[in-house]
Amino acid sequence: MTSYLIRRIVALIPVLIGITVISFGVMHLAPGRPTDAATDLNVKVSLEARERLNQLYGLNDPLPVQYGRWVGRLARGDFGASFHDGRPVLAKIAERVPITLGINLCALLLTLAVAVPLGLATAARAGSRLDRGVTTLLLIVFSAPSFWLALLALGFFGVELRWVPVSGLQTLLADRWPLWRQWLDLGRHLILPVTILALGDLVIYTRYLRGNLVEVLQQDYIRTARAHGLPPRRVLYRHALRNALLPFITMLGFALPGLLGGSVILESLFGIPGLGRLFYDGVMGRDYPVIMGLVVLGAVLTLAGNLLADLAYAVADPRIRYNER
Amino acid sequence: MTPARARWGLVLLGIIAAAGLLAPWLAPADPTAIHLEEALLAPSPHHWLGTDQLGRDVASRLLYGARVSLSVGLVAVGLATLVGIAVGAAAGYFGGLVDALLMRAADIMLCFPTLFLILAVVAFIGPMLLNIMAVIGLTSWMGIARLVRAEILSLRTREFVLAARVAGASPCWIIRRHLLPNALAPILVNITFGMAGAILVESGLSFLGIGIQPPTPSWGNMLSEGKATLGVAWWLTVAPGAAIFLVTLGCHLVGEGLHGSEAPPA
Repeated sequence: MTSYLIRRIVALIPVLIGITVISFGVMHLAPGRPTDAATDLNVKVSLEARERLNQLYGLNDPLPVQYGRWVGRLARGDFGASFHDGRPVLAKIAERVPITLGINLCALLLTLAVAVPLGLATAARAGSRLDRGVTTLLLIVFSAPSFWLALLALGFFGVELRWVPVSGLQTLLADRWPLWRQWLDLGRHLILPVTILALGDLVIYTRYLRGNLVEVLQQDYIRTARAHGLPPRRVLYRHALRNALLPFITMLGFALPGLLGGSVILESLFGIPGLGRLFYDGVMGRDYPVIMGLVVLGAVLTLAGNLLADLAYAVADPRIRYNER
Repeated sequence: MTPARARWGLVLLGIIAAAGLLAPWLAPADPTAIHLEEALLAPSPHHWLGTDQLGRDVASRLLYGARVSLSVGLVAVGLATLVGIAVGAAAGYFGGLVDALLMRAADIMLCFPTLFLILAVVAFIGPMLLNIMAVIGLTSWMGIARLVRAEILSLRTREFVLAARVAGASPCWIIRRHLLPNALAPILVNITFGMAGAILVESGLSFLGIGIQPPTPSWGNMLSEGKATLGVAWWLTVAPGAAIFLVTLGCHLVGEGLHGSEAPPA
């Protein structure tokens, strides 16, 4: 296990270097210099001051030198300061993480709460009318763009019926309310974005689980369990489900890039101040340090997520460990 | 059951493609002609999908929007498929260092939150149609590359490849004539799903205001205009969204159908 871990970590190094090279390349696709955005709108910045900024960021140096210096700062955890308010990028990202993460966790729980029973029901009766009906319905839901569903839901439940607020996470001045009302308020703001998010994942998770279950149910150990006379429910829940859920660990490890990307549109639409919104505002305002910070951090976290998922899988599934030796 | 699905999907895509191609003849009005006195009219026999804030005919804009969505989908997926096949075939056939380098590159690209990368690049280099196609294509070749590599790895030691090599065939010839045709079915499945994905990304970008720029109609930027009139003009959100939904559904149906009928080689 230790040698496996060491090999995996060593293999990460070239990938990490590649991530920084591509991010750096993207940053230099921008027309003009990054400092232009910080100074263009400000008439008080003289040419001389602009030159000083270029000196400060070393933008007159050759690219490899700039790259080396940038990676050096990243390694020390210095992601630079936002062009907009001068605050450290890392702090700006850190304060948004709980919002995006919280919403996605809620959505994940909701997804699993529906996907597991649905997957079990369809896999246990694979090929039945129920199975075909649910599978077709899921394909239809899967084809509807989430931002369209979100717009329709906002228009109907928010604007037409006025059941839920249309934007943000908090009603104005809600912080003066008693705590229970604040929580209720938060829930009312969250219900649409969380449901829309969950709906998108629901399809993927249900189909994935159904596929795994159908495969697991054909294994010898399931036949053995059945031959022992175990009740079908017990075989399904104790023997099949546990094995069919294993690959989910890998899937969760790979979920991060989609989660971050998906949050851009949904958070902009619902006015939620999370990571996706931070990125969108960064792109619209040409706030290069914020954009690059999120791109690099997103990729590095994905890498870490994959590694963790692989390790968790090796811990959860002995077959992997034996094969590695 | 599944081939029937693929057929329905093809019919759906065919209708949408025909609508886009024939837009100049089918459209009842100029998609960019502004008639402020006719703004926000509900669907009627005259404007069968109503008009938008500037009095433009929604049905006409929808027809022209099909051109944007389908061309972005086709070109982006074509590019991704070409790059993916080249990378995957080289990695699978030559193995060793070539394989290690190319697959590491795919791993690196897979780490990025794709929409972050696409948004940043498009915002930096400008939201032109060609840029959008190129960026979507160049950020979505990894799936096909992995798939082609796996197929070729499993085939390259088979006798028919060996025979071709003994007969003096070049690697390019062997890959093109003997290996790729065997990987055709999964590649086709990947293309259909990739096309749906590319169309969704384009409409998402345009919806955010970073994709196709007005006044050129695209389903994504029409939706974002619909957002401004939420609760006032339902047809401005329903119509373009339904169009994106139908084209995505068509791609998914074809993909599912092909996937299901993809029989293992006898």
